[in-house]
Amino acid sequence: MAVCIAVIAKENYPLYIRSVPTQGELKFHYTVHTSLDVVEEKISGVGKALADQRELYLGLLYPTEDYKVYGYVTNSKVKFVIVVDSSNTSLRDNEIRSMFRKLHNSFTDVMCNPFYNPGDQIQSKAFDSIVSAMMVQAC
Amino acid sequence: MESLTLSDVEQKYYSELFLSCDVDNAKKVASNGKVLDLFRSAQLSTEVVHQITELCGATRLGHFGRSQFYIALKLIALAQSGLPLRVESLNSVRDLPLPRFVMGKNDQESRHAVMYADTENQGPYSGVIPRPPARVQGKKVSAHEMIQPCVPTVDPQPDTTSPVVSPHQSPPTSPHAWRKHKRQASGGNVERQASVPGVVWPPFREAQPAPVTGDGMWSAHSPPPVQESWVSFTDTPPSSTLPMHPSSAQPESTTVRTTNENQRQGSGYDDPWKITDEQRQYYINQFKTIQADLTGLIPGSAAKEFFTKSKLPILELSHIWELSDFDKDGALTLDEFCAAFHLVVARKNGYDLPEKLPESLMPKLIDLDDSAGVPEPAPEVGFSASPVEDTPNKSPSMPSLNQTWPELNQNNEDTAIVHPVPIRMTPSKIHMQEMELKRTGSDHTHPTSPLMVKPPELPDETKLAATIKYPSATVGDGYSSSDSFSSDQEPISSAVNRQRSQSGASPEGLKVVAPPPPPPRPNASHSRSSSLDMNRTFAAVPAAGSQQAGVVAFPPAVPPRPLPTQTSMPHGHRSVEGDALPAHTSTSPQLMPEQPNFADFSQFQAFAVDPPADDGEKSDSGQAERCAEGAEMMRTVKNEVHPEERTAATVNSAKVSTPLAPPPKPVRRRLKSEDELRPDTEDLPQKSNVIATVLATQPSIPRSIGKDKKAIQASIRRNKETNTVLARLNSELQQQLKDLLEERISLEVQLEQLRPFSHL
Repeated sequence: MAVCIAVIAKENYPLYIRSVPTQGELKFHYTVHTSLDVVEEKISGVGKALADQRELYLGLLYPTEDYKVYGYVTNSKVKFVIVVDSSNTSLRDNEIRSMFRKLHNSFTDVMCNPFYNPGDQIQSKAFDSIVSAMMVQAC
Repeated sequence: MESLTLSDVEQKYYSELFLSCDVDNAKKVASNGKVLDLFRSAQLSTEVVHQITELCGATRLGHFGRSQFYIALKLIALAQSGLPLRVESLNSVRDLPLPRFVMGKNDQESRHAVMYADTENQGPYSGVIPRPPARVQGKKVSAHEMIQPCVPTVDPQPDTTSPVVSPHQSPPTSPHAWRKHKRQASGGNVERQASVPGVVWPPFREAQPAPVTGDGMWSAHSPPPVQESWVSFTDTPPSSTLPMHPSSAQPESTTVRTTNENQRQGSGYDDPWKITDEQRQYYINQFKTIQADLTGLIPGSAAKEFFTKSKLPILELSHIWELSDFDKDGALTLDEFCAAFHLVVARKNGYDLPEKLPESLMPKLIDLDDSAGVPEPAPEVGFSASPVEDTPNKSPSMPSLNQTWPELNQNNEDTAIVHPVPIRMTPSKIHMQEMELKRTGSDHTHPTSPLMVKPPELPDETKLAATIKYPSATVGDGYSSSDSFSSDQEPISSAVNRQRSQSGASPEGLKVVAPPPPPPRPNASHSRSSSLDMNRTFAAVPAAGSQQAGVVAFPPAVPPRPLPTQTSMPHGHRSVEGDALPAHTSTSPQLMPEQPNFADFSQFQAFAVDPPADDGEKSDSGQAERCAEGAEMMRTVKNEVHPEERTAATVNSAKVSTPLAPPPKPVRRRLKSEDELRPDTEDLPQKSNVIATVLATQPSIPRSIGKDKKAIQASIRRNKETNTVLARLNSELQQQLKDLLEERISLEVQLEQLRPFSHL
């Protein structure tokens, strides 16, 4: 279960960011922002074979003592970042992958909506519901 | 909503009121017009009346059933007592005075009015038009006039107030005002009453005052005062587009009555979201203006332009799109378009958008409209219950979405939809559907698309087979069957590693699809597949172009002859159980996997040399196993081939059939060359071998030590990998199952809550 989920556009501004409200949102915003550097590093590191070889799932970006940050980037350079609690050790890698996959699917649904202009904030309720389902069931 | 408990007095009072409103003697439903007039006569403000209607559930139902009526009456009583309108207070407030209706009420009059209504009116309002002017004198008439709106009126004379009998004295002046208003607005009265039961356009045409609009809002089974929006939305004249009744220009009672009857007959409980025939026809015409082909799609951009004309905010249009684009393809089919249009119309008329697509707007479930007997919650809450149960039942029976479309079209009232979307049934769509379903739980009855269905598999397999085609193509026809098998292998391994570049849905879909089929197949064509793996592996990981070519070149040379023998020999081998002759076994396996043994030979020759003692072991073990597992046969073949390679003479002598003689020699030569060529790829054949046999044969054949250890370890490794992949898949599916179950439970709870009211 994620503590914070963020969708960041190609130009590195957030399209959607949501965190469990019990904890400080600003802290998560900051974390996601710093994780972007790691994401950039990872996606630029693949020098040889380009996109077809590159994994969309970036894995653990960096762990801190409180939480872990996972990243995922799409072929259009839209980044998904999930922050999970470090104490949640039962969360396995494939679960994170499946969360990203669901996010990606929801995101493509949002994109398919002709009334959505790429670059807008994501206000789709369906997307919200998917994200809520993945967040920690707190409060 | 809680169940309503009424005192005896209340019960009696309410039932009489209900009877009075029950013009059609349906004993079940009070006609909207009368009910609304009754409520209005309770001297509450329009907003309050709106609220009451909503609270009692009539808005969602579209009409007043008995329970709704009683709840509404109680709420009126609450409102009249000055208490806030709360559903909880329905039962909690005791000693509530009975609701007062200005018209005054009497038991006798109510009955009288009912009788009067029945006799006088064919439709509730037909009598109104001719009568009022003519019968000013009759107090009954005037009473009747008042009674029309289902309020059993008493007072005959316009001036006297006392006869306005209600259990509680109503203010004297109000009846005057009421009646006068009624009287003078007799013409308007007609229209107002006519408009109430859902005739939408006459009031508009005659520029009725605001309350009419309010009534129109209420009484509609479908969004009522649509003309305004229609007019602004498009240029088609409202009257032609949105008749709530089949007949067009008649505001008269007959049409009203027939409308009520039609709608009542049409479905057990009127669904506010149901699209009437006229509306659907209109939508279809609109569809045609954008896309002439009714089975075609409207692209997203065109739809965006079209719906932007409705001047709804973009956010709401976006939400409507999300609801109506059922398969998430960015385009609208006719059904989706109708649903979207309907939602737009509803929104323009003030209905809030549902959270989930209402059942009646579902593109695939149009024929299930009538079966949704459960009264739905208010539109803003969204519809969830029965559709969910319906579709899961329906979906497993649908092997592919393709079949649902024509089936539904036959049942669909609109036969203009001929053949929607065989075109659109691509695997990705099906996967999107699956994703949609999984994501939304039931998401309103999205048919749970078949997760383990063959048709989606095949496209996946062909997709993968296509990628693998190039090595396999060179192998020859004999391996066509194993192509698909090897492609099955692909999903498992590649889903984890390679195929990420494909759409997010497909690896998951592959994962979903992959596990079931592979196990059976390897048994059937194991040997060939293993050889194919070899070839594919060689081709896929070319150590060098020449090597690749060399490898590829080898297999084709051999195929023709051994093929018939290969097919026959495996059976022969399997069937032969007692034959323990090493020679025989050595020949038969050698026959069969002539092809596969190319790689096998190289593999084994690349390894350390087996002591001849192992040969006997292997052959014996191979025979002993005898489970008719292709892998085992192959292994025995391999094992025996290996010693055979050592003992070339024995090999040659062991062969009995003439066709066997030529192959080994060239095979051996090739193998040697292969060995020279690929000492470094020994792992690959080993791996692919192992992969080929992983799913087929789990029981480990007792192997000789030495090189087989590597094989075992590799096989263990591969098994573990496969296990993890399958475990992942399993966990994902479990999660989905959990989500679905939770959704189901919540829906059942909702259903339970709604159920008590349907029995009142």
